[in-house]
Amino acid sequence: MLSPTTEEELSTAVAQASGPLRIQGGGTRGIGGPTPGEVCSVAGITGITLYEPGALTLVAAAGTPVAEIEAALAAENQRLPFEPMDHRKLLGTTGTPTIGGVVSANVSGPRRIQAGACRDSLIGVRFVDGRGTVIKNGGRVMKNVTGYDLVKLMAGAHGTLGVLSEVAFKVLPAVERVASLHIKGLADEKAVAVLSRALGSPFEVSGAAHAPRGRTGDPMTLIRLEGFAESVSYRAARLKELLSDAGDITVQDDPATTAADWTWIRNVEAFAGTEGDVWRLSVKPSDGPEAAVRVGGDVVYDWGGGLVWARVPAGTDVRPLLKGLPGHATLVRGDSKGRAIFQPEPAPLAALSEGLRAKFDPRGILNPGLMAQAQKADA
Amino acid sequence: MEMPAPNASVTANKAHIVTRLRRVLPADAVIDAPEETRAYECDGLTAYACPPLAAVLPATTQEVSDVLRICHEEGVPVVPRGSGTSLAGGALPTADSVILGVARMNDVLETDYDNRMIRVQTGRTNLSVTGAVEEDGFFYAPDPSSQLACAIAGNIAMNSGGAHCLKYGVTTNNLLGVTLVLMDGTITQIGGAHLDAPGYDLLGLICGSEGQLGVVTEATLRILPKPEGARPVLMGFDSNEVAGACVSDIIKAGVLPVAIEFMDRPCIEATERFAGAGYPMCEALLIVEVEGSDAEIDEQLNVIMQIAGRHNPVALRQAQSEDEAKRIWLGRKSAFGAMGQINDYMCLDGTIPVSELPFVLRRIGELSKEFGLDVANVFHAGDGNMHPLILFDANKPGDLELCEAFGAEILKLCVEVGGCLTGEHGVGIEKRDLMDTQFAPADLEAQMAVKDVFDPQWLLNPAKVFPLKASASRRAAQVA
Ligand SMILES: Cc1cc2nc3c(=O)[nH]c(=O)nc-3n(C[C@H](O)[C@H](O)[C@H](O)COP(=O)(O)OP(=O)(O)OC[C@H]3O[C@@H](n4cnc5c(N)ncnc54)[C@H](O)[C@@H]3O)c2cc1C
Repeated sequence: MLSPTTEEELSTAVAQASGPLRIQGGGTRGIGGPTPGEVCSVAGITGITLYEPGALTLVAAAGTPVAEIEAALAAENQRLPFEPMDHRKLLGTTGTPTIGGVVSANVSGPRRIQAGACRDSLIGVRFVDGRGTVIKNGGRVMKNVTGYDLVKLMAGAHGTLGVLSEVAFKVLPAVERVASLHIKGLADEKAVAVLSRALGSPFEVSGAAHAPRGRTGDPMTLIRLEGFAESVSYRAARLKELLSDAGDITVQDDPATTAADWTWIRNVEAFAGTEGDVWRLSVKPSDGPEAAVRVGGDVVYDWGGGLVWARVPAGTDVRPLLKGLPGHATLVRGDSKGRAIFQPEPAPLAALSEGLRAKFDPRGILNPGLMAQAQKADA
Repeated sequence: MEMPAPNASVTANKAHIVTRLRRVLPADAVIDAPEETRAYECDGLTAYACPPLAAVLPATTQEVSDVLRICHEEGVPVVPRGSGTSLAGGALPTADSVILGVARMNDVLETDYDNRMIRVQTGRTNLSVTGAVEEDGFFYAPDPSSQLACAIAGNIAMNSGGAHCLKYGVTTNNLLGVTLVLMDGTITQIGGAHLDAPGYDLLGLICGSEGQLGVVTEATLRILPKPEGARPVLMGFDSNEVAGACVSDIIKAGVLPVAIEFMDRPCIEATERFAGAGYPMCEALLIVEVEGSDAEIDEQLNVIMQIAGRHNPVALRQAQSEDEAKRIWLGRKSAFGAMGQINDYMCLDGTIPVSELPFVLRRIGELSKEFGLDVANVFHAGDGNMHPLILFDANKPGDLELCEAFGAEILKLCVEVGGCLTGEHGVGIEKRDLMDTQFAPADLEAQMAVKDVFDPQWLLNPAKVFPLKASASRRAAQVA
């Protein structure tokens, strides 16, 4: 195992590698893994290098634990806007999630619908490409269009274009109050329609989820509001009125309960410790229920219906079932034998992706096997 | 500004190229008469002009593909163009290039309120995207000051921002999908109504690539429900430092205004003379706007007014009516126009860490004396995106060059304090040769490698973004 503790050591390690490398942060998000090769852990490159609360910016080494960053932000009453998911319960992994891992997989939580994904808060990166060259892009300011946006490209590239050594974020103030509207007993289609009405209202919804089997076992639809105390009460009342024909609505604003509810959604705890494969479907929100019907199995909806977590019997390939629905499916938990982990891309896009990969990692040593492949002719 | 010598074999081949283009486009969509190509000789950076070989105005994605295929086969450089409002010379033609304008492609293709998105052809202007959905209570958030004229095409290419991006983000944060035509004519679909990409984030890469990776013909954009209301406050301070500290305190207090705009004294004086918005005469002025219901606005403004009060404001005025709100914005919105009345000006666009604001403003003041040219500052303070306007006289020999040298010093200063050359206008030709003050050779090489993948012959908008020296070998390969 390679365990560099500085960017320079990382650069040397990659430059001198003679075979494939398995890039790892905390090793808690083994999506698609394990890939072949020697482990190259970034977990030793740690530390918050800059944090300016008055400028809403934070820069940290890629191996910094997410918890350390969240604690530093909380001390200034701020937070990561995109609410990154913790994969440990769902995947049954242990270890310490790192911020580099979050960025590599572009991990975002329920607030993605309001505040954007991880890639939207990411304002700068430093990384080591497949030759060992150190490259920087973006910076520490939140408005920056200087040159091509490789920051976005690196977010979600799963380490295949370069090994992240440092990441910079735009952060946001934490909020005074959180409240959730709870609606019980809705069928999926109805629930997603209700979420859509909430998201189409001016009341700044920051979470919109539905679980056909909620925390109590019954269907539960959740709509989250955040902000200053009075504003949250006002919006909760207005929204309740707007959605009154949807059924019985209760407003939950106990901090511990709302936090637990949304963590449950965010981390897909419904599927923790269960049997079967877990797929992550990204679809047009109004197509969510249709996707769920086609796939069968147990589901949880986030992002107003646009993110569907589906638990199906081991070995199921959901992609043929979803044919014709725009979007994509990723196998998050399950043996990848016979199934591509990432949705195969149409030929012209696959050619661009392969071209990029050949440029950034000409020897093909960074996490070989990960990321989307070209579509088969018959797909 | 140096531009590469036109490729003589292309200019000599004009008649043949135009004939081929005419075969795939309606007669009035191919413009090659010298008196007519002049209309496309420059964009918003009017100091530089060069008529193109020809201009084409396709009406469909297929026509765009046909044009690109022909130009690819003939080795002709192509400069994509939206409305031509770029301030960076992003749409400046070369004499051997074909301008590909998308102005005729301005239809709304689909609106879907359930999924909060709209699909448009990219020649549609920014403001008319909001125009298409506002009766139903929605809007498209990125709002560049040029929104009446600029097209979604240019917004995507430049990753444009606006006054309200502190809360809503810039173009890239509001773009869900594109139809992108590659230089060889291949039509691709990237993204769509779903969030996030299955593979690499090519959408994020396209946005801000300044027309160098492909031509964007259609776009799926996120639309948002309109807030119940909005209200600005105006605050005056007797120094830039104090105004800067106030901005920082507001942000730290946990309020997230939709906009925090900053104007310095020269700018206040000029806009006051031009627009008569009734601004207080002081060293620095902030406009802070928040959104929500009346009660929510009161709640936020209470916090903001208290913070401002602690910084001894010389003026503190909350809009009491729609009319007053308009007047508060009037001066800010007419700032560029006001400057244009007094003088020729060059508008810079560097971003700095907000904490460096007082230092940078002081330094700009010193440089202004050294160069003997006046500067007015107006900018998006919440995110550190500065817009120093340097005043010069285009008719005075040497003044433009002096102004450019001064501008370059300011941009280098932005980079030195940890910022960047451009926050929203793009690199174009204007900042091209300064790129190596911000990026090491390996950083630029990585970006150029991306262009190699999308456009191996470097035919799309070739002399932009990268220092001519850095891109020389790649462009030479294209001519060979
Ligand atoms: C008075 C004024 C105020 C402004 N205020 C702002 C502001 O507040 N915020 C801001 O961000 N900008 C501002 N701008 C700059 C400018 O309006 C933006 O950069 C705008 O997005 C350009 O749009 P356009 O359609 O005019 O593009 P153009 O000027 O035509 O082109 C801009 C770039 O886009 C490329 N391009 C055009 N069409 C396509 C296409 N179909 N496919 C691929 N590439 C394409 C061009 O090659 C060029 O590089 C302002 C400009 C003016 C004149």
